Amino acid sequence: MAADKANPGSDPVVLRVKDLHKSYGDNHVLRGVSMDLRRGETKVVIGPSGTGKSTLLRCINQLSIPDSGHVWLGDLEVTSRQTNINKIRAQIGFVFQSFNLFTHLTALHNVRIGPMKVGGMKKGEATRLAMEELERVGLADKVDAYPSELSGGQQQRVSIARALAMFPQLILFDEPTSALDPELIGEVLEVMISLAKDGMTMIVVSHEMGFARAVADEIIFMESGVVLEQGSPDELFVRPKEQRTQEFLRKICELYGE
Amino acid sequence: MTVLLTLGLLGTGLLLGFPLAFAQVYGYRPVRWTCLVYEQFFRGIPALVLILIFHSGLARSFHILLPAFASALLALGLRSSAYQSQIFRGAIQAVPTGQMLAARSLGMSKLKAIRYVILPQAFRLSIPPWTNEFSSVLKDTSLASAIGVVELMKKTMLAMPTIQNALGARWILVLLIAVAVVYLVLTYAGNWALGFLENRLQIPGFEMKGMVER
Repeated sequence: MAADKANPGSDPVVLRVKDLHKSYGDNHVLRGVSMDLRRGETKVVIGPSGTGKSTLLRCINQLSIPDSGHVWLGDLEVTSRQTNINKIRAQIGFVFQSFNLFTHLTALHNVRIGPMKVGGMKKGEATRLAMEELERVGLADKVDAYPSELSGGQQQRVSIARALAMFPQLILFDEPTSALDPELIGEVLEVMISLAKDGMTMIVVSHEMGFARAVADEIIFMESGVVLEQGSPDELFVRPKEQRTQEFLRKICELYGE
Repeated sequence: MTVLLTLGLLGTGLLLGFPLAFAQVYGYRPVRWTCLVYEQFFRGIPALVLILIFHSGLARSFHILLPAFASALLALGLRSSAYQSQIFRGAIQAVPTGQMLAARSLGMSKLKAIRYVILPQAFRLSIPPWTNEFSSVLKDTSLASAIGVVELMKKTMLAMPTIQNALGARWILVLLIAVAVVYLVLTYAGNWALGFLENRLQIPGFEMKGMVER
C-alpha cells in the first residue's frame, strides 16, 4: 500500500476499516471502503460531493451505523455489539463542518465538559487542561466567550481544542473549513498543520490542496462510495493514474487557483 | 388558595411534562405512542369536564370521593402536564441536531447528552412559551369553584349576597371588576418574574432572534 511507502510500516495501526457499506434508502453511499491508519499518520480524503466522504467518517465512530463491514480501534472492534461505543467515541475526536459548539457554554466550558462528564476529571484539573488546549489553538484570550461571540474560525479552533482535551487516539475532520469565510480558513489550517507535525493521527475530509500537500501522508480519492485511487500527494497530484482523478483535481485547481 | 392551586398545578405539570416531552422525542415507539395518547386525551377535553370527571364522576361511579382540592389539582395538573409537554417538546426539537451529535461524539451517553447539553438549552427556549401556560393555568383555577374549592372566584361568589345586601346590587359589578384586577395583577406579577428569570439565564446569541441571524 502507498501508506507503507510514505511511512515504512513501523508504527502500529491505530484504526482499521474494512469493507464498509452504508445505504440511506435506495442510495448506496458507501460501497466497500477499507483503509488502515498508522499512528501519527494524516490521511486526506477528497472527492466529489455526495461520494460518501462524510458518511465514512461518521461510520468510523458510529454516529452512523454502517450496514456491513468492520472498524477496529487498535485491538477493539468498534462495530461489535459488545463494544461500549461511548468509550470508543471518547478516544476518537470529531470535528464537524458546522463546529457544533455547545451554544449555552463558554469556550472554556465547551472544552472541559468532555473530560469532566465523560472522563470523570475533577473540575480544577479539567479547567487547567481546557486552558492549555485553548492556548494551543491560540485562543487563550477567548476562554470566557460564548460561541456566538466568536468568529467561525475561532469557533472551529475551540472545537478542535474540545476534541484534543479528550486525548484522542485520532481525530476525524469533516470538512473543517468548508463553512468558513476565506480569510478565516488559514487560522484553522495552521492549527491542523501543527497538530499533524506534532504527530497527531488524523483523517481529514477536505479540498484544501495546500494543506494536503503540506502534511498528508496519503491522499485518498473517493468517488461513488469507493476508493478510486490513493497515494502520496506527489503520486496523486503529479501523476494520477485514473482519469477521473485527473479531471477532479483539475476542477479543484481551477476553483482554488492552485 | 388561588396562588397555591396555581403553583400546585404548574408544579405537577412541570414534573410530568418534562419527562413526557423527552419520552416523546427520544423514547421508543410504544413509549412515544403512549405519551401521544395521554397528551391528546388531556388536551382534547374541556377543563371543566375534566374537573367534574375527577370529582363527581369518580365519586358517583366508583365511590372514590376525592377532596375538592385534590380533584382540581389532579384534573388541571394532568391537563397542564399535557400542554407543558408540548412546550418542552417544541423546545427540545428546536435545539439543533448537531448539539446531540457533538455530545455523542465526545463519548457521552444519550442520557448524559440530554442532561448536560440538550436540557439546559431546551429549558431556556421553553421559558417564553411557558409564560403563556402560566397565564392560562392561573385563570383556569377559577373553574375549581364549580366543585367547591374555595379559591378567589368561589370567595367572590360567596361574598356576592353580602355585598348586595349591604351596599346594593350595583356594587356586584365593582366586586367583579376588583376580582378581575386581582387576576390581572397576579398574571402580570408571574409574567414579570418569569421575564426576570429569562433575562437572568440569558446567554449571548442564544435568544431565538440570535439563532435565526446565525
